[in-house]
Amino acid sequence: MKKVYGSAAEALDGLLQDGMLIAAGGFGLCGIPELLIDAIVESDVKDLTVASNNAGVDGFGLGKLLDTKQIKKMMSSYVGENAEFMRQYLSGELELEFNPQGTLAERMRAGGSGIPGFYTKTGYGTQIGEGKEVKVFNGEHYILEEGIFADLSIVKAWKADDTGNLVFRKTARNFNPPAAMCGKVCVVEVEEIVPRGSLDPDHIHLPGIYVHRIIQGEHEKRIEQRTVRKREEA
Amino acid sequence: MPWDRNQMAARAAQELEDGMYVNLGIGIPTLVANYVGDKDITLQSENGMLGMGPFPFEGEEDPDLINAGKQTITELARTSYFDSAMSFGMIRGGKIAAAILGAMEVAENGDLANWMIPGKLVKGMGGAMDLVAGVEKVVVVMDHTNKHGDSKLLKECTLPLTGKGVVDRIITNLGVLDVVEGGLKIVECAEGVTEEELRAATEATLV
Repeated sequence: MKKVYGSAAEALDGLLQDGMLIAAGGFGLCGIPELLIDAIVESDVKDLTVASNNAGVDGFGLGKLLDTKQIKKMMSSYVGENAEFMRQYLSGELELEFNPQGTLAERMRAGGSGIPGFYTKTGYGTQIGEGKEVKVFNGEHYILEEGIFADLSIVKAWKADDTGNLVFRKTARNFNPPAAMCGKVCVVEVEEIVPRGSLDPDHIHLPGIYVHRIIQGEHEKRIEQRTVRKREEA
Repeated sequence: MPWDRNQMAARAAQELEDGMYVNLGIGIPTLVANYVGDKDITLQSENGMLGMGPFPFEGEEDPDLINAGKQTITELARTSYFDSAMSFGMIRGGKIAAAILGAMEVAENGDLANWMIPGKLVKGMGGAMDLVAGVEKVVVVMDHTNKHGDSKLLKECTLPLTGKGVVDRIITNLGVLDVVEGGLKIVECAEGVTEEELRAATEATLV
């Protein structure tokens, strides 16, 4: 089966539907599927629910899908680096479901692992726990959280082979593996597609079984908070 | 004289022991890294890294290498990378020995509020709820009072909680307090601060 496609638009062909749930990898602007986001902007799909730790910034990443009002609801742990997001949220145009960061990651991992729910201490006794089942294990309180089963995963990796085996780079791995796992279909963009056999099987971060379509492209990789130290301080 | 930001960070660094894996929050907690001395401490960044190094030199920033505050950082010889599910697996699983975090309010039963003020813009809890629920020892570094002089160490939190009964130790500009049965216990006062002054600035029950 051929997994390698020529462009982001080709790779998404036939997969986009109004009202669908998309799981997106990335943390801040690090390791985000920027090419696939651009292609979704170019499509006319709308009313999307997007599970992603953050919501991009104005004019970049998921911020572009907010600008075009294609997103109906975000499932995130931290937002608001983004004036348009806040405008839409405060005016009621955009729904927001806050998830603690680890709960969001585990909900994706669980969904991809066939686990419809799990108990966690995180959020017990807070607003996040309201309305959720509470269970006591060994004298401690846990709340029930549900796995995320996405219609589509959009993910960024560093390298892939043509069978979809993936290698990530540094902290750009972040939410990408769990996001990849929880989608019915997973489309991945990489910086380089390498020949089969050139990735060490012991060094694969995510096996190709989770990956259905792959594209290669140029990434802008924007830095959100550039911080440096002076040479003299070394 | 109450402690300043750096003195609070230096005092918080005393909580760390050789060999610990530690998560530092944003703000004063970040400064704690400057005061660990020769203790062997491994810093976790919850976006998927153990062994966080200092900021890069200008021109050596790597967009694929950031901390949980989205700042560019560097790696160390000991560094490892992993995904967000594993990162919070080690947090939730109690593998991180200590978290040092900021706070808006702490209650005498260890309740912590540091993620939202109703009516103001809410950006989200990020990883704070997972950290306080899962990490073995939660140390809060905060000012003892707000800008009106009102205590931030309360009988009950007024703001929405980040975690219930999660705080172990509080380090403020006035001193160090532990959360114990029945209330807060004064561990020490900042140099030049009397116990009387600390008591007067504290709404929470002191035992």
